This record gives sequence, C-alpha cells and structure tokens, in this order.
Amino acid sequence: MRRYGIVVGFITVVIVLSILSPAFLTVTNLLNILRQTSIHGIMAVGMTFVILTAGIDLSVGSVLALTGILCAGFEHAGWSLFYIVVVTLIIGCGAGLINGLIITKGRVTPFVVTLGMMSVARGLALIYSGGYPISGFGDSFRFIGAGYVFKLPLPIVIFFFTLIVAAVVLRNTKLGRYIYAIGGNEETVRLSGINSDTYKTIAYVFSGLTSALGAIVLTSRLNAGEPIAGTGYELDVIASVVIGGTSLMGGRGGVLGTFIGAMLIGTINNGMNLLGISSYFQLVAKGLIIIGAVLLDRLREE
Amino acid sequence: MANNYLLEMKNIHKSFGGIKALIGVDLDLRRGEVLGLVGDNAAGKSTLMKILSGAYYADKGRIFFDGKEVHITNPRISKYLGIEMVYQNFALCPNLDVPSNLFLGRELTTQSFFSFLRKRRMEKEAVKVLHRLKIDIQNPREIIDRLSGGQQQAVAIGKAVSFNPKLVIMDEPTANLALVEIDKVLDLTVRLKEHGISIIFISHRLDDVFTVSDRIFVLKHGVKVDVRETANTNKDEIVRLMFM
Repeated sequence: MRRYGIVVGFITVVIVLSILSPAFLTVTNLLNILRQTSIHGIMAVGMTFVILTAGIDLSVGSVLALTGILCAGFEHAGWSLFYIVVVTLIIGCGAGLINGLIITKGRVTPFVVTLGMMSVARGLALIYSGGYPISGFGDSFRFIGAGYVFKLPLPIVIFFFTLIVAAVVLRNTKLGRYIYAIGGNEETVRLSGINSDTYKTIAYVFSGLTSALGAIVLTSRLNAGEPIAGTGYELDVIASVVIGGTSLMGGRGGVLGTFIGAMLIGTINNGMNLLGISSYFQLVAKGLIIIGAVLLDRLREE
Repeated sequence: MANNYLLEMKNIHKSFGGIKALIGVDLDLRRGEVLGLVGDNAAGKSTLMKILSGAYYADKGRIFFDGKEVHITNPRISKYLGIEMVYQNFALCPNLDVPSNLFLGRELTTQSFFSFLRKRRMEKEAVKVLHRLKIDIQNPREIIDRLSGGQQQAVAIGKAVSFNPKLVIMDEPTANLALVEIDKVLDLTVRLKEHGISIIFISHRLDDVFTVSDRIFVLKHGVKVDVRETANTNKDEIVRLMFM
C-alpha cells in the first residue's frame, strides 16, 4: 500500500520530464541516472536496515570519505585489487561496529553516536590525506567505476547486487525478521529470548559496509579519493529511504521502496540538470519534494 | 515425581533497598490448576511473578518446579523450565503478522548453509495453533496492528502456548480489552487448562478471577493472607481479605 504512492510519483516525474526534455527518455540517459544513483543507492540499502530498527546513521557520508581516501591510499601503495576492496570494506564495517556497540552497550541514542562518528571519520580522512585528494589509479582499480559487465556499467551491477542480497536477507532470514521486529517492539524481541543488541549492531555494521562499498565505487569513478567527498550525502541517503516508504519509527518498509526512492531523487536531479535549472533552485526543489513525499504518506495513513 | 504440585515457592523474601516487597511468601500450584492471584496495588503480585520469570532473583527462599529445586537466575532458565508470561500490553510486534509473532525467537529455518525462514511451514503451524485454541482470526497474514485487542491478546496467549509450557503466568490479561472481548480471553484461559497447562491468573477484575480460577491466592503488603477454594468463597470475602 505504502509503496504505490511512491511508484505513481516516480512514473509521473518520468512522464513530465520526458515531455519537457527530449534528451531525458533515452537509454544513454536512463543508464546515466542509474549510474549516478548507484552510489547513494548502495548506501541507502544499508541505511534501510538501520532505519528499520528505528535508528539513524548520520555518519555514512564521512565514512564514505574515510574509506574512499584509504582505498585510494592502498591503491597508491601498490596493493592488489582484492586486498584494496576487502580491507576497505572491513574498515567500513569497523566504523559501523563502533557505532553499533556504543549505541547498544553504551545506551546512547543513534543520532548522537553517529553524529560524533560523522565528525571523527571526516577528521581522520583529512588527517590521513593532509587535506589533499589522492588521485590517478591503475586500470584494474578504475574498472570498478568505469567498467562494464554484460553492457551494464559495473556500478549499476554492484547496486543491483546489493539490493537483491538485502531484499533476500530482509525477507527470508532470521536477521531480516529480527530487524523488522526490533523496529516494531524491541521489548518483545528481548522477551522472546533474542539478543536484540546483536541484531541492531549488525544493522550499523551493514550500513558501514555499504558506505565503504559506495566509497570504492565513487573513488574509482572519480579517479580520486577526496577527504571532503560525501559531504551532505547522509541527507540524500536518508531521503531515499524515507521517500521509499520506510518509516523513521522503524519496522515498516523495505529495500525495494528504497530503490524507487533513490531513483526518484536521482531522476529529479538529472531532470533539473537537463532543464537547465540552477543548482541553487535544485536544492530547494529537492527539499520540498522530500517533505511533500513524507507528508503525503502521513496523510494517506490517517 | 508423583508430586501433586507443579510449583512450590517456599518462604520467598525480596526487598528493594529498604522496602520489603515480599515477606516469607509460600505459594503452591497444583498440576492443571488455575490459581487466581489477587491483591491491591503494591501487594507484591508482580514481584512474585517476576521472580518466577527470572526478571528478579529472590533474596531468600526456595522454588520447586516439577519436583525439582530450581534457581531461576535469568529469563532463559524460566523459559527452559516451561514457564511463559502473558502481559497486559500483549507483548507482540505490531508490524509483523501472526506466524512471525508466534514463532518470534524460535523460527523454523532450512538446514542449508544459508538458513532461510520456512515461512509456509510456520504459517501452517500457526494456523494449527489458532485452530487448536479456537482463536478466530481469518487471515493469519494480517499484521497484529490490524487485529482487535481481544485477537491480539489471543495471539499473545497462543504465542505463550506454542512453546508447550507447563505454566503460563497471565499478568492482567484483560486489563486493556473491551468488555465483549474479555469473555473470549477468559474462554481461552479455560481452554488452556483443558490442555493440561497450569495457570497463574493475576487480575484486578475479581469477576474474571472467579470465572476462571480453581483457587484464589490473596496477597497484601508482601504477605500471603490466605488461599481459598473459589467454589467455597465469594467476592465479599476476597475483598475483605485483600483490604482488611
């Protein structure tokens, strides 16, 4: 029920843009939108897990910057692609693990913990790089952002893969079931003999993992790791999840909604660029759309 | 093992700081019996039950369950012994459907490397539980939020029962229900008894206690006042025991 409104909104935006701009509805442009959306989209998949537990992760943009600059450093140190990817992902998980442990064991609200991590990770990224980008990579690393698999850009393939894995986990495993249950009534979960802290922590670890995955794709695509990358990403990522129908109160929604939410934001960004709308206006328009989407959702519920 | 009693609590003491919540309480429960537990606010009913559920540990006293002395130091031990709680606020996940709630914490999964949930199997089992207890819910895939209060409490009781407990403790199970729904929950309680489950039924509503119980246990200021056979007492007498 909740998702239909978003789907209708998405289709409406696509139709309007197709009429307004002949360049919009072309295969090249649609692939372009998907590719642009893939980084936010990958991160939004992890964020969906966190928000389903009624939490929030504000650190995703900074963790993306930190893991991005580190994987750029690893590449320059001559590591093989395999080690770059694995170690970067582990560091992302580590950031999420720290978030999760402080939230569950330290009983601090997710907002505050991840706000702190947002600052710490950004600071570490700046310290490691001295504030400068690390750029220019070999072909094997650049393949992640620029390569194609079956005529599909690799970032899109990674995005879809992440989505599918997350959807299966949420629907068909205990982990997924418990993530929804925690968002529904955490006390009940604990009374049922489930260690809810563990599952909540896993949600933050997954969010850290997807931030690092997004970082690898972004760094490779830009051919540079930048310590200021990902500034403000948390907003687009959270907006994708919420527009996609996942409740900030937890327990309701899912990654398919998040996919559509992310695509909606990506499409609006793309469409406004095609129409030559100033980026200042774009910010205003996007903010209004986010508020409008959530407001509509609330009104329909009542 | 030929013991008539499922549960015997002997000389239970519990204090919180300087406040004595329970003073030397003895409670016994026969097999297949419904024991009503009544008392004014702060009489110690909840504390006594939390000692059974493992939320608290008694300062002094012994507990025998199913013929053996037990030490219920945490909720897992209580569950392991076969003690289940039903709460007044239903303790369900409102966003999940009936099978998900019934199986919460002991989901059936496949045995492969990736252990996937066996949703169909759980749904079938859930329907069986509902059927066995004559709980009237047409669509088990409905999420809990969309069910009436009585149906929700029935699911909560069904959840407790599906663990095959020996003892179910019901803490004010009718407190948040509309009048028409209370009868259904009381019927259900009697049906549990017919399945051989012993029940401790805590309630402020004396009518409910008289409907379902075999005996009534009265607690006042942390002290056991008396136990009466329900058939041989009346509300006036119980109220006198509770307050005077």
